Amino acid sequence: MAREACDKALVITVNGRRRAYKGPPFKRLLDVLREDFGLTGAKEGCGEGECGACTVLLDHAPVASCLVPASQAEGRRVDTVESLARSKALSPLQKSFMEEAASQCGICTPGILLTAWSWVKSGGSADPQAIREYLSGNLCRCTGYQSIVDAVVKTVRRSKKESLIRRQVSPHDYLPPRGGGK
Amino acid sequence: MRGIPASMKVFKAGSPAQALKLLADHPLAVPIAGGTDFMVAWNMGLLNEKSVLDLSGIREWTRVEETPSGLRAGALATHAELRDHPVVRRRFPLLAQACASVGSVQIQNRGTIGGNIANASPAGDTFPALAVYDARVSVAGRDGMRSIPFVDSFAGVKKTILGQAELISAVDIPFPSAKPDRQVFRKVGTRTSQAISKTVAAGLLWLGKGGIVKEMRFSLGSMAPTVRRLRAAEGYLAGRRLTPDVVDTAAQLLAKDVSPIDDFRSTAEYRLEVSRNILRSFLAPN
Repeated sequence: MAREACDKALVITVNGRRRAYKGPPFKRLLDVLREDFGLTGAKEGCGEGECGACTVLLDHAPVASCLVPASQAEGRRVDTVESLARSKALSPLQKSFMEEAASQCGICTPGILLTAWSWVKSGGSADPQAIREYLSGNLCRCTGYQSIVDAVVKTVRRSKKESLIRRQVSPHDYLPPRGGGK
Repeated sequence: MRGIPASMKVFKAGSPAQALKLLADHPLAVPIAGGTDFMVAWNMGLLNEKSVLDLSGIREWTRVEETPSGLRAGALATHAELRDHPVVRRRFPLLAQACASVGSVQIQNRGTIGGNIANASPAGDTFPALAVYDARVSVAGRDGMRSIPFVDSFAGVKKTILGQAELISAVDIPFPSAKPDRQVFRKVGTRTSQAISKTVAAGLLWLGKGGIVKEMRFSLGSMAPTVRRLRAAEGYLAGRRLTPDVVDTAAQLLAKDVSPIDDFRSTAEYRLEVSRNILRSFLAPN
């Protein structure tokens, strides 16, 4: 419906929970998440969609939340890095990042975890080159990327084994590969 | 300076008719789709006190469908959707490659083909592909629809020939009459991801008996204020055999259709030489 969206509440499903945002519709999704919903996992790096630190999943797809006005997230599903761990238990992807030391200063990590999670979830392969390409919109100035790629490869390999016995879809389980992701 | 959300008025359209009505009523509202370029300027604080017409809710313009004669991509189809679409991958591989080279996964998931055209950047990565496939742009206006050749849809840097009350609704890409014998897509930037092109090329080549060129189509972006087809080289090559001399002449003729500049990304000389090399290697006998 055509309307002049003013201060009407926008409903966004964030990490599985329906939440209402009341404020200017052109506030960036990044700022709504951080300031209105108290989810500070997504970081602002460049503010130009180049660095990927603000990456969140919008209807499962990685997007730069600094380039999304809140009004365009209305009625949609948003997942942030806070959705990955289950209370204190890290997801297998996060565990792999710990094991491989794939995080140093940590600013890029939430965005990288979400892009990597969308890769794993959509059945992406363990091919390091394909993973590098998929992650190329996420900059890291500490690790040199090798440990990050190693962590994703490890997670994909584990997920392919796990998927034989598991079927449930959450960051703590794995989707069976569907040949997607690429 | 930053974007001040309270200063921005948002008009949301749910249908093409509504969008055109809202645009007529609010002629200063800037149409946005995925917003991947608009939001960068917004974040720099350059667009405060303005208004936007948000087209992203128009379902009719999101469809990508195969028609008997080609592919019709709604203006709101994202680069990711086109990149992964089976018909695009099979019949228009240069477009699939071009979409995969736009920005990053995050940008491909948001940026739309219609928005990319309306934005009219000289460096649009999908443009050379759309140009060699002879795409047409469907434009919706108050008096109905019109269709214009894609290559003629630009008036200059960041300018289309669209009227103030018009919006891009779809892009039509006809199937080539035969499978090309050679094809190339090549983006040259500082790095593969995120970089804005120094030059970007797409080419199709059909050969006849004895290696005679039936048809060659070649297009370059970032080499002029708007995307260009190499009409002089294309015309010259038709009916000729690709001998080293002929290839060399075609490479020289390339300059007739472009006017590269020096800027902070590259130099005119580099752009011209690299573009010639891409054309040369495309035409060189296998």
